[in-house]
Amino acid sequence: MPSRLMASIITLVAVLTFSSVAFAQATRPQQSSAPTGQTLAVPRHDLSGMWDAMGAGVHPLGFSHLRPAFTPLGEKMFRANKPGRGITEVPVALTNDPLDSCDPAGFPRSNLFELRAVQILQTSNQVLLLYEYQRVWRVIWTDGRELPKDPDPTLYGYSVGKWVDDTTFVVQTVGMDERTWLDNSGDPHSGDLRVEERFQRVDHDTLKLTVTIDDPTVYTKPWAAGDPVALKLQPPNREIKEMFCVPTEMEEYKRLMANPAAGR
Amino acid sequence: MVTKRFPSVALAVGLLMFSVPLWAHHGFAAFYTTERVTLKGTVTEWKWASPHCLLLFDVKDDKGTIVHWATEVENPNTMANRGWARNSFKFGDEVTVTLEPAKNGAPVGRTLNVVLADGQVLVGQSGPGTLSPTENPSDAPKQ
Repeated sequence: MPSRLMASIITLVAVLTFSSVAFAQATRPQQSSAPTGQTLAVPRHDLSGMWDAMGAGVHPLGFSHLRPAFTPLGEKMFRANKPGRGITEVPVALTNDPLDSCDPAGFPRSNLFELRAVQILQTSNQVLLLYEYQRVWRVIWTDGRELPKDPDPTLYGYSVGKWVDDTTFVVQTVGMDERTWLDNSGDPHSGDLRVEERFQRVDHDTLKLTVTIDDPTVYTKPWAAGDPVALKLQPPNREIKEMFCVPTEMEEYKRLMANPAAGR
Repeated sequence: MVTKRFPSVALAVGLLMFSVPLWAHHGFAAFYTTERVTLKGTVTEWKWASPHCLLLFDVKDDKGTIVHWATEVENPNTMANRGWARNSFKFGDEVTVTLEPAKNGAPVGRTLNVVLADGQVLVGQSGPGTLSPTENPSDAPKQ
């Protein structure tokens, strides 16, 4: 009898052991970080991976409450913008936000509004950013080329980047189309805008992004758009979902919701 | 039937406290964010659409007149993370919707939560109790 009891106990323990392992394997997401107690080294010159700002990159209120004083032209440009959020917000039916027509957010708004999941890929001469919001990508050249002197304006500009130390990648971007807004509160920019992004991998699983705006035509001095946003490394099997603005569905939204709410 | 301050709103707000803050890119200027109504109605259409999903439903008022309501939530990506789906509703479903109504009285609103016939609660979007006056300047108390 004791031996049968012992056998039952051994069997039970074995079943529980293997079932718990199987359960853990089936349910535990793949971890991006080291097992508890270990610290993974920060890789040199490597931003690749799936990152997520974990809600900290949405910035619905924009940065109008943080920016420096406008130049006279900047003030005029800001007053012409009718944002749906921020210190001068209007009802959605009355905005002239490009996003309310489902126009592209452009850069740097892609970093300063709805920065959610972003996948970063590196090749021998480029860093590529694949954004969840609006499902757009950017190319950052790393082959040592200079920024263009007189670029044709584009929605996402022209970017070059370089490593300034083992873990800090700095990007300069010019040539942004001034029809895009900087942020969700309608802060404008001119064609003279130059943006610096500083990606600093502060540890294996954290990438801090600082965005600095330099547009002397619109702002009286350069300024950082808020505190750095911490992007967290995601498991490699994390998928980027679609997050679009569909023009026909936006029109239906306006017809059924925004216009009635504005008395139209 | 309209019932103000429906108790399930407390549940909705509680659930929102544990969700990642996600806001639409436009604000609240056209909607009350310190008022809410709860409506019992029948679904006429559920639009799983970008940038905003819409729930259309009919409500019979005190005089027996049918009022066509529309209420919004956020995009499918965000709502899927909150447990909503393209087949969350079908024509004819009985629902109880708590929303922030338009200030001008139009039968439209921003969804706080929807209670299904089986009691399941679907949490909509940020609303009263989750917004500070700074976040909500259009609805700050008048001086």
